[in-house]
Amino acid sequence: MSNQPDPSAYWRANLRLMAILLAVWFVCSYVLGIFLVEPLNHARVGGFPLGFWFAHQGSIYVFVVLILVYAAVMDRLDRRFGVD
Amino acid sequence: MNVQAWTYVIVTATFALYVGIAWWSRVKTTSGFYVAGRGVPALANGMATGADWMSAASFISMAGLVSFMGYTGAIYLMGWTGGYVLLALLLAPYLRKYGKFTTSEFVGDRYYSDAARLVAAGCTIFVSFTYIAGQMRGVGVVFSRFLEVEVHWGVVIGVVIVFFYAVLGGMRGITYTQVAQYCVLIVAFLIPAAAISWKITGNPIPQLGFGGSVQEGQQAGVFLLEALDALHRELRLPEYTAAFVPGKKSMIDVTAITLALMVGTAGLPHVLVRFYTVRSARAARWSALWALVFIGLLYTTAPAVAAFARVNLISTLHNTSYSDVPEWFRSWETTGLIDFEDQDGDGMIDMSDGANELTVDQDIMVLANPEIAELPAWVVALVAAGGLAAALSTAAGLLLVIASAISHDIGKSILWKDMSSRRELLLARGTASVAVIIAAYFGISPPGFVAQVVAFAFGLAASSFFPVLVLGIFTRSTTKEGAIAGMSTGVLFTGSYIVYFRLIRPEATAEDWLFGISPEGIGAVGMLINFALALTVSRFTKPPPEEVQQLVSEIRLPRERAGDSP
Repeated sequence: MSNQPDPSAYWRANLRLMAILLAVWFVCSYVLGIFLVEPLNHARVGGFPLGFWFAHQGSIYVFVVLILVYAAVMDRLDRRFGVD
Repeated sequence: MNVQAWTYVIVTATFALYVGIAWWSRVKTTSGFYVAGRGVPALANGMATGADWMSAASFISMAGLVSFMGYTGAIYLMGWTGGYVLLALLLAPYLRKYGKFTTSEFVGDRYYSDAARLVAAGCTIFVSFTYIAGQMRGVGVVFSRFLEVEVHWGVVIGVVIVFFYAVLGGMRGITYTQVAQYCVLIVAFLIPAAAISWKITGNPIPQLGFGGSVQEGQQAGVFLLEALDALHRELRLPEYTAAFVPGKKSMIDVTAITLALMVGTAGLPHVLVRFYTVRSARAARWSALWALVFIGLLYTTAPAVAAFARVNLISTLHNTSYSDVPEWFRSWETTGLIDFEDQDGDGMIDMSDGANELTVDQDIMVLANPEIAELPAWVVALVAAGGLAAALSTAAGLLLVIASAISHDIGKSILWKDMSSRRELLLARGTASVAVIIAAYFGISPPGFVAQVVAFAFGLAASSFFPVLVLGIFTRSTTKEGAIAGMSTGVLFTGSYIVYFRLIRPEATAEDWLFGISPEGIGAVGMLINFALALTVSRFTKPPPEEVQQLVSEIRLPRERAGDSP
């Protein structure tokens, strides 16, 4: 672990994290909540058709988790690359 | 005490609280006025962002809208929350690192151009005025329904309160009143929601009751959503959970609207500016998390309330004799929010498709909830105070960005570069005062087009700000020519599409729309045009000067320069 600031490595790590999180963001809201909602509605979780649940509930929970992961991992990246 | 007395007591108490907070947090500096001195803790800013963001529409109308739309209501649920992911990952930390006071200021500096600054300030003012008229109207409507005050007097009272704390307290006053307003509005939303969830499904947590089963009546033991689908089939309406069936929006339209609302949310100036008020880029990230947690609390509850209210509405009213309707029906009938017209003269309420006997205003789903759930009078009063809190907090946030756009971006940065801070503060207060009066006028006599152009606020924000902000942070090579071309074409395209299909040819159907995308969703296309054009034009124009490229490198690192840190 170096404390030597390395802006371009920091930025690459940031972009990689962002790409992963935005991919999850897209899959949960657009793919599961919109594109595949009809086939997913044949499956049920408790009283919810699955696709409907993603569209009305699940995607919002996932959004919260995504920002949580982002804020926590970025805190670690800040320290690791000595840019905090 | 009856409902009205309780409403007077609770509304007066909350107003006194807001005014007290404003007095305690009044400001004397431009930094205090524009960005609360950048000292707001992440958690408090999250709450303030929640109140700033959730307007009268989120509080009063959204659950009702979802209730009538079923699955398609997801456009609002996902569209108005998913934008916070974009905000947190793509914009908030960088704009905070850049610092200064406004979003237009970043656009002006990053694109080394007063023209870009002016376009951005102009968009800010237009978007915010479109939005604020609705808030003032919301204040007036709540007053008139709960306190039987004329709408225009309701607006006047609201304006006086907002005037007091926005003009006196600036961003600091607004921030801490918004924290209080968030608490009022969320409590007012959750208590009736828990009660109706408990009444219908036996589970007091709405998010769980939503997936639970119905407790009483013919459908006891059946899953709530299955019961709801069955009721809809009985009425010959499309099933509640069905997605792209006839009578609902198409997949492409749902996708475009959701995207436009998400991106628009991330580009709304009054939301962006909230992230200028925290201590650091790191605090901006955490504060985006808190904001979505607080917003998500209402946004995951609302669809559950929507389903409960829908089941309750159909199962208590359909095929019921008009003489046997419940108490709440009678009390809301007088307000005109619910109306029965006995078309076939049999004295029974027929809610099925085509019968047209019952007209229900979407707002009743939230407003009448406490009475449907047989809650005490003070809860009804709390809902009134919650609606007012939602409307006032959003109005105040909007007023502040209008005032900063005029006094700071146009006044200080373009017209009078050597203006002293004291003069600027005076100008900012003056502008806020004028803006609040214009907003009051719009609230009392809303121009007919306001309702039609609300979609504009999101479409415009999506097609103007979002692309140039993202490109300004994530590319060094986007030039001022690219940004100006992108912003103006994006806005022009989105604006003309909305004006054409909303005002000139409102009778047009999905077949006439471009790719079947409605005016509400066209901002998504405008955004893509903006991105494409900004990138293309940038390739053929002179690259940005060295110091601008330096600025971009600088904002990507969260560390403050020496001397900046407290």
